[in-house]
Order: sequence, then structure tokens, then C-alpha cells
Amino acid sequence: MGLLSDPVRRRALARLVLRLNAPLCVLSYVAGIAWFLALVFPPLTQRTYMSENAMGSTMVEEQFAGGDRARAFARDFAAHRKKSGALPVAWLERTMRSVGLEVYTQSFSRKLPFPDETHERYMVSGTNVYGILRAPRAASTESLVLTVPCGSDSTNSQAVGLLLALAAHFRGQIYWAKDIIFLVTEHDLLGTEAWLEAYHDVNVTGMQSSPLQGRAGAIQAAVALELSSDVVTSLDVAVEGLNGQLPNLDLLNLFQTFCQKGGLLCTLQGKLQPQDWTSLDGPLQGLQTLLLMVLRQASGRPHGSHGLFLRYRVEALTLRGINSFRQYKYDLVAVGKALEGMFRKLNHLLERLHQSFFLYLLPALSRFVSIGLYMPAAGFLLLVLGLKALELWMQLHEAEVGLEEPGGAPGPSVPLPPSQGVGLASLVAPLLISQAMGLALYVLPVLGQHVATQYFPVAEAEAVVLTLLAIYAAGLALPHNTHRVVSTQAPDRGWMALKLVALIYLALQLGCIALTNFSLGFLLATTMVPAAALAKPHGPRTLYAALLVLTSPAATLLGSLFLWRELQEAPLSLAEGWQLFLAALAQGVLEHHTYGALLFPLLSLGLYPCWLLFWNVLFWK
Amino acid sequence: MAAAMPLALLVLLLLGRKGWCLAEPPRDSLREELVITPLPSGDVAATFQFRTRWDSELQREGGLSVLLKADRLFHTSYHSQAVHIRPVCRNARCTSISWELRQTLSVVFDAFITGQGKKDWSLFRMFSRTLTEPCPLASESRVYVDITNYNQDNETLEVNPPPTTTYQDVILGTRKIYAIYDLLDTAMINNSRNLNIQLKWKRPPENEAPPVPFLHAQRYVSGYGLQKGELSTLLYNTHPYRAFPVLLLDTVPWYLRLYVHTLTITSKGKENKPSYIHYQPAQDRLQPHLLEMLIQLPANSVTKVSIQFERALLKWTEYTPDPNHGFYVSPSVLSALVPSVVAAKPVDWEESPLFNSLFPVSDGSNYFVRLYTEPLLVNLPTPDFSMPYNVICLTCTVVAVCYGSFYNLLTRTFHIEEPRTGGLAKRLANLIRRARGVPPL
Repeated sequence: MGLLSDPVRRRALARLVLRLNAPLCVLSYVAGIAWFLALVFPPLTQRTYMSENAMGSTMVEEQFAGGDRARAFARDFAAHRKKSGALPVAWLERTMRSVGLEVYTQSFSRKLPFPDETHERYMVSGTNVYGILRAPRAASTESLVLTVPCGSDSTNSQAVGLLLALAAHFRGQIYWAKDIIFLVTEHDLLGTEAWLEAYHDVNVTGMQSSPLQGRAGAIQAAVALELSSDVVTSLDVAVEGLNGQLPNLDLLNLFQTFCQKGGLLCTLQGKLQPQDWTSLDGPLQGLQTLLLMVLRQASGRPHGSHGLFLRYRVEALTLRGINSFRQYKYDLVAVGKALEGMFRKLNHLLERLHQSFFLYLLPALSRFVSIGLYMPAAGFLLLVLGLKALELWMQLHEAEVGLEEPGGAPGPSVPLPPSQGVGLASLVAPLLISQAMGLALYVLPVLGQHVATQYFPVAEAEAVVLTLLAIYAAGLALPHNTHRVVSTQAPDRGWMALKLVALIYLALQLGCIALTNFSLGFLLATTMVPAAALAKPHGPRTLYAALLVLTSPAATLLGSLFLWRELQEAPLSLAEGWQLFLAALAQGVLEHHTYGALLFPLLSLGLYPCWLLFWNVLFWK
Repeated sequence: MAAAMPLALLVLLLLGRKGWCLAEPPRDSLREELVITPLPSGDVAATFQFRTRWDSELQREGGLSVLLKADRLFHTSYHSQAVHIRPVCRNARCTSISWELRQTLSVVFDAFITGQGKKDWSLFRMFSRTLTEPCPLASESRVYVDITNYNQDNETLEVNPPPTTTYQDVILGTRKIYAIYDLLDTAMINNSRNLNIQLKWKRPPENEAPPVPFLHAQRYVSGYGLQKGELSTLLYNTHPYRAFPVLLLDTVPWYLRLYVHTLTITSKGKENKPSYIHYQPAQDRLQPHLLEMLIQLPANSVTKVSIQFERALLKWTEYTPDPNHGFYVSPSVLSALVPSVVAAKPVDWEESPLFNSLFPVSDGSNYFVRLYTEPLLVNLPTPDFSMPYNVICLTCTVVAVCYGSFYNLLTRTFHIEEPRTGGLAKRLANLIRRARGVPPL
């Protein structure tokens, strides 16, 4: 402390920070990126391990043998669905009752804010069917959920078949301590959201649904199943949920142990896990998986219906059956046995899953990086903003002192208030204008879609996306500051103060985001930090402007799409990329309205205005 | 049963021995009966009752107790066991009393598992035993089977062997028909050396909506997150035209802080004002909330009683060893006089079957029901009681210690102060100068 309270040493330190600012910033940024890349190497990535005692061993004898039954159920279900063109509610009710469940239905309807062109739906109404297996000698205080989301297309029939066959098998066992809910939802995630909201008797998204007749206490864990073929070559597991929430790592460990036990081939992000972590190949492959996970988590959308459960603190994951061209295939019995094992282990739980990690990154199914090890990467990146802000603060302070010194000792208090007043007053206008632009970006596209469709020959969904882009671009052209009030005494003070505020604003936002959703925070920090640090109204302005545009939130989204497809080994052409970008914008807005995803409001109300401030700094006159 | 014996003996000793050792007491009989009732859910309930006056023998061989085999009884969905002891008058003037011991065992068999998916059942399938002989000591040994038809035709179900007599009674407001198998009737067992009662559904009752009781209830916690929540109780009155009042009693632990102003009671979309409310607020760590209401349930309606709460932070020593399991909130208790469909006649306790005493009747048009809703499991905000928790505590301490000095540094501006020169004279001069309005030296 003595170092800072001694004015002489303090001044020396300040001078050091000022002089070495640029190298320190570069060093910190590079360190952040390097730290992130190093996360896939063994000392930083660790083997996963089961923390929950109740699920410690896999000593469960799986007895599920209903493969034929599952296939028969699936065939019947597919036939009935084809005949009725919707979820065959009556057939499902009958079948669930015949396997001995307590069956209930729930109808729901939802008018989307604008037509969803990806899923081709606008006015949605459907029915969820669920059956409850009541545990004997228990008071229905806890339950587990096995859910199958059914979309409008005819996929997932096998999942329904397996669900029914498992229900029939589970019904005959006497060891259940928790009720098990078998849930089939219509309109995939919309149905799941409607059911979850009704189960917890809340209304988050404006869904209209009938109240639930049957409940089974607090849901402890949920597994969502997606299967569209009679045989699978591998099971893919999805963990990323709404707003980047993740289930407890133990649930994933449980799945992995049963995959190993049954000899099933399991993938994460569609990638097999590398065997060899000592050479460079393993970590490189891990890096691909890690980047895919970061991109998916950053998108904040639920990747499977499990993602919606996480809001209610129900640990959940989605299992997807993949049927590729691989030689060796597994039938439904193998998948059913893995599920049976998982449910029996979850049945043993004495407490909610809480022992293991909730915040982690996965470079492979059996490797993880804990929050303590990945946070420094984001910390280093945010340090750049801090250093820059410190530099600006000191420069402003020095300018103040410099102004005062010629005036001399007699009246130090005379010139100070006006200069400060000018500095702050000149900040109000740009801050307000950029925030107003953000608000317009958030509100206008959905609100003004009907006006847009009246005057332009576009559909509603197109109108929303195009309005979004138009407002986004218009934000760049708006005059942000009122030039009259800028003091002539210190021409630099205005932009420096504005940049200082913008830097602190950005650092705070990114810090908060990185705490809740590391992937999003890190991704945005990687792109936005360099341009934000460089922006100033002198020097090669066009270069800075190009850099700033390239790292704006929208451009980051576009770039992420290309990177994502590149990592999935399905590269995009430019036109495809643009189409995907437009679709992603529409999906982002829709997911905010239908599921409560926070990425759209975060970008439009938080980061876009902040970015506009830097744009404003760049074109400061 | 074995555990019940010492208990009964203890109670007897405590109550004294008046009247139980008369010179020549009329030897009281042992009555035993088994009532088998199919439940709306498809399961089968079996209730054993053994009643004896105290001076009878209790060790029984044969009779209904051959069915009591632990391995079957513990593979059931539910069981409850009870012992009742009460004084009974021996004559009309009640000059002497004797003690009545009554043991009951109720079991609910999961018919789906035992019947391989069918709702048919038989004694052998349920108990893996059949009845071979009556209890030699029993004066009455009967099996009652509920064969009430909900469809009013006789074609839906069939009992085998066909009963010789039936018994009609009003149970919980509805008329029930029971087939009676009297084990003391020699023809009943001697024909085939054993009695295996079977029930078969001729037409599986699939489409038939199971008859619902007039009053039932459901309770759940709504909301998400660890700050607030809502306790909701749904009260169903399925009676087609009669409204009746219900007394709802809730005790809620103190760590759920109830917001009583949010108490809402709605039925059929309208607010339902309770005619009586008694609320006793909780005291932290001393007593729970007590909320008692008398609510009128309109006919054929669902009434929702909801009240919001905030979850309290416990002291860290107050958490249970398994805090992440959640904390139980006890069930609400509903007491009501439910109107009957069929008027019940007052019954003679001694003559009618034993199981009648399980369903008390207040008068002919009503019957009393006390319901308990399901218990709830509520999660409270729980710290991570492991290594990270210690780390957080330690970090917080360090931050708290550092905070003061950092705050001091950041808010204070430092000036180099010139060492004070000059003595008293200068100070005096300055005082004078200040008084004159001249800048000090």
C-alpha cells in the first residue's frame, strides 16, 4: 500500500503504465488468447470423475429387453401420426394407459411474434401427453423425467417407441423411489416450454395452456431423447441449454459411464473423443470440440429440449441417436439399457445433483476444464480494457493538471468546474442517443413488422430481419454529439472522456457476461476488445473503422457462423452464409420471445449501444 | 402383528385392570374379516381386521392370518398397520367394561404388476396362499369382496366361486355391494379343500372413467429460482349439485416466509372469500405458520388456494445433513362433511361388519372425510458446503480486509504538506491577518 500512497512512487508507477501501455495491452491480449488455447492441454484439462456418492458405481443389472416392443410401438406411432397429421394423442393416451401409467394431457397454444420460417409455424397449438409412473410406498415428492420432443416432421418415432417400451419395463419393477414422468411433447421445444411452465405454474413467455392435472413433486433430473432410426451407430450428447446454462457435470459423467459399460459409441458435438492426449493430435481435436462447444454455448439457444429444464434447476441433457455409415450398429436394446441404467442410478439420488461442476468447458466427453482454470483467459482480455481506461484516466488527469499549472496557484478552483462540466455534458448526448438506438433495435423490428409489410413487398419474418439490419446500420450514420458545447481549450478531452466511459461500460458488461456465460463473454471479448482499445479520432481512421465494423456484434455473429460450419467440416459459401445469418437473426429474436433467451436483448440493449460509443469516438470532431 | 402385542399389553397395564377380571366373564369372540376392494386406479386394496375382547386367545393358527406373508405384503404399493384398544360396555347399563383390541392391516396391491397388465385378481395371485380353514377360535371369519357395479349391469365382472350371500351398505356416501364368504360355512371350504376367490373382468373397464371421489385435493410449489415461490392447493369438488364447506389447515415451516396479503382463493374464476380465517404467524426457530380457513367449495368446481412465500436464509448450522435434498413442507389437512348420494342408515356396531367402523358416519346425509395432501419438497438457498465454500469465506475475508485500504487510496488525494515553520508569533500574526481579511503569511 505504501507504494501507492507515496506520491512520488505513485507518479513513477503511473508513468510506467502510461509508457508501457501499448506493450502491456498487447501482452495481455495475447496471454488471454494463449491461455484459452492452452485449455485443451492436459495440465489444464482434467479427467472427469463422478462426485456424487449415490451414483458412484455402475453396479446395476440392466434387464431391458423390449427392443421388438419398442420397434412395434414406433411403427404404430409413426402410422398413427401419418394418418392424423399431428401427434396421435388418443393413441398415446391409450398406449400409455395400457402399459400401466397414469396418463394426462395438456393442450397449449401460442401465437409467435412473427412467422417462424425455419420451422414453418406461426399460430401454434398442440397437445402434450404425459404418463406418470408412481413409485410404490412413496409420497410423490420427487420425480425424474424422460421426454421426447416431437416436431412437425415425422422424426423421433423410434424415440417414442423406446419411451413406451421403457415405461412398460419400468412399470414392472418395484425398486423405484421417485416417480417417473414420461413426457411426449408436440411442436418440440414449444411443447416442452408449455409443459414446464404449466408444471411450475408460471407464465414466462405468454404461452396459453391448460393447467396440469397430475404432478409428481420436484423434478430431480430429466433426459431428453431423440432417435429417428431403428439402429444407431453412436449417441451424441448435448449439454448446452438456454442462455448457456449447463447441467451438473455428474449427469454427463453418468451418461458416459453407462456408454462405456454398454460399449456404446458416444460423441460430443458430433466428435469422437481423442484417445491420445500426450501428442499434439489429441489436444488439437479437443480444441475443435471445445470451440464448437464455445460457439454453441455462446449462442444461448437451447440445443435440445433439455435446455429448457435448466431454468427450473432440473439437471437435464439430450441424447441423440446418430445413424451414420459406420459399420457397427447398436439396436434400441443397447440404448434402452443405457437409459435404464441412468434412471436406476438417478433413482438412487438422495439429494439434487450438486456435488460436481456447474460451470465447465468440455474438450472431450471424458475431459473437462473447470471454471477456475478458464476464467483467467477472459480476465486477461478484460485487463486490456482496464489498462486502456487507466491510461485515459491518467491522461485526462494530467491534462487537467497541465491546464491548471499555467494559471498558477492563486485560483485552482476557478477553471476546474467549467471544464469538468463540459466533459460530462458532452457525454450525455452520445450516451442517450446510442442507448435509444439500442432500444429501437430491440423494440421496433417486431413492433413495426406490420407497417413494414404494408409498404414493402416482404413477408413478416423478412421485414423483421431487414428492419433489424436497417436500424443497426442507421445507428452508424446518426450524428451522435452536439459540437457546440465541446470546449475549445482541450479538444481531446471530449473523446477521451467518452472513450473512458465506453471502455468501463464494455468491461463491466463483458465481465458480467463472462461470469454467467463464459463462452459468450470470451467470444465477444476476443472480437471487441482490440478495436475498442484502438478506437481514436486520429491516425488511420479508415483502418480503425474497418476493424470496428468487422468486430461489431453482428459481424461477430456472421463470423461465428462461418467458424461453426468450418469446424463441423461443412464449410459455407458466402451466399449460404448470408442466408444462414438472416435466419439466425430471425431465430435469435424468436427465441427471445418464445423461450426467454437473453442473447438478443443483451446485444441490442447492452453491447450494440456500447459499440456505437466507440464508433462515435472514432468519428469525433 | 408381533410388535403390536407388547404395545397392547402396555396400554392395558397403564389403564389398570378394572373390570377385566370378572368372576365369569362371558367368553368374547374373536372376529376376523378381510375386505377386498378394487380401487379406481385399478389397484386392489385388502384390509384385514381382527377384533377380540381382551380375554380371548391371540395366537391364531389358520384362518385369515395364513394370508399374512411378509414377502407378498411388502411388495405392495402401500400398507398401514394399526392397533386400537378401547373399553367396551358389557351390558346395556354399562356396569362392567372389557377391553376391545382391534388390529388392522391395510394393503394396496399393485394389480398391474401382480396381474400381468390385467385388472383381474385372485387370492392366490395376491398373497400366494389360499384359505384352507377357518380360525378355530373365531366366532366369525369372513371375506368381503366389493362387487359394486358402476355400470348398473351385471355383465362386467364375475367372482368365483359365486357368493352365497351379499351385503349392501352405504360407504362414504355411495351404495356398495359386497359378496360375503363365510369361512365358518362348512360348504365353503370343504368342497375344494381350499378357497381361492377370483375376480374377472368380463369387459375390461378401459373406457370407463374411474369414479372420482367428491372431494380430492392436490398441492404443489410453483415458481422457480431460490428467492420466491408459491404454495398452491387445488381443492376439487366433483359433486354435481351440492356445495359444501371444507376446513383447510396448513402448517408451514418458519423458513418459508409467507406473504399473507398474497393469499388468493379462486373458484370458477371468481374470488372465493373464506368465511373464517385463523392465522398465527411464525416465529423464527420457534413455531411454524398456522393458517386455518373455512372455505365453501361450489358444486362441480376446482378451488385454488395460493399463497406466496420467500425462502429464508438459514444459519449454516441449521441446515440438515442433506440440504440439497430440500426441506419438507407438511401436507395440508382437509376436513369436510361431504354430502352423500345415498342416505346411510344408522348402523348397529355389534351386528354390522367390522370394516364399517373405518368409515364414521355423522348423520344420514353427510359423511366425514379428512384428507391429507401430498407433502412438498422445497429447496432453500444452500451454500456449497465443501471446499469452495471455505475458499469463498476466505476470499471474502481477504477482500473485506483489503477493501478499506483500497477505498482509502482511491478516494483520497495526496498533497505534500510543507513542514510547519514559525512558532507562536507567526500563528498570532496569521490570526490578526485573518481578522483583517488579508491573506495569511
